[in-house]
Amino acid sequence: MNEWLPEIDQWRARGDQVALATVVKVEGSAPRPVGARMAVSSSGELAGSVSGGCVETDVFTAAQEVLASNEPKLLRYGITDEMAWDVGLACGGTIEVFVEPLSEPPGEKDRAR
Amino acid sequence: MSTATFYDQVRTAVTNRVPVALATVVRGTSLGAKVLILPDEVQGRIGDDALTGQITLDARSLLRDERSETRPYELNGEPIEIFIESFPPPPLLVIFGAVHVAQPLSRLGKQLGFRVVVTDARSPLATAERFPDADEIIVAWPDDALTQIDIAPTTFIAILTHDPKFDEPALSGALTTEARYIGAVGSRKTNEDRRERLRAAGVDEAHLERLHAPIGLNIGGETPEEMAISILAEMIAVRHGRPGGQLSNAEGSIRGQVTSPVG
Repeated sequence: MNEWLPEIDQWRARGDQVALATVVKVEGSAPRPVGARMAVSSSGELAGSVSGGCVETDVFTAAQEVLASNEPKLLRYGITDEMAWDVGLACGGTIEVFVEPLSEPPGEKDRAR
Repeated sequence: MSTATFYDQVRTAVTNRVPVALATVVRGTSLGAKVLILPDEVQGRIGDDALTGQITLDARSLLRDERSETRPYELNGEPIEIFIESFPPPPLLVIFGAVHVAQPLSRLGKQLGFRVVVTDARSPLATAERFPDADEIIVAWPDDALTQIDIAPTTFIAILTHDPKFDEPALSGALTTEARYIGAVGSRKTNEDRRERLRAAGVDEAHLERLHAPIGLNIGGETPEEMAISILAEMIAVRHGRPGGQLSNAEGSIRGQVTSPVG
């Protein structure tokens, strides 16, 4: 089933920018399936999840960069020896997370100001 | 169209139970470009008409299978990847019997993403106050209620009435529909008697075999909330073609359809 985060509506209603992170690919075992979602507001709030907590902090940082640049990006997480002390998935799989700005149409943005 | 406009359109379609798919370039050039696939219409464009057409075909096929995935394509000779997310209409949970267990079943079913319909002929029980989460409440006798509900292969039916005069018309009607799941409460004895009466009433054996009764997974549910979880757990298991039970006693992937490559 698809995931909807009610927080997104609240943040947008408040005039915040929102970045949406979606699991778009899973290889092997992963804590959350394709379609799992997390959102980050320009005020620094976080809702939902893309892994069982393994990579959320890194996605959070990337989402803030995406909001600043207004450019989407694809993140890939797995577990490797080099990553043993870095963020990664404990269960051995690999996930790809697409992060994009949920930017308002230009007219809307002007009105929000 | 902006990402927000696409998002709002998907939300509107889902609210109106219109099946849609959204395709997004997630790797390669045109990163973030989108195509929205509606039943009679396609909005947006990725590359040329041929590529947009291919994406549309693939999206419709994924939507039919209720699957989402990232697939490789080519744009101007360069490899790109497109995530196609399906938004099939929510499954329907029909609860016959606005009884105590029906309250947590309605609430938790709603949280799981079901559209929830509660029906009972007893108007003091079938009220919006008792079922604030239900999408629809139908005060009617079961055979009448069945004619008012659009039952599809994505429909799950729970019969909780505990009263033959209500549950047998509901059952004999429900068993001939395309519903994915039909379960009924009652002890093993009640269910044996019920099966006998349904047989006597002319319900054939193939239809009777579809009945999950006593309803629910074997977790010893006692309180209404525990029983609701047991019922919903059985529905989730049926939806994914799994028997239920403990993962620690099972093998293979732990999520989704048994055939799914997702671990």
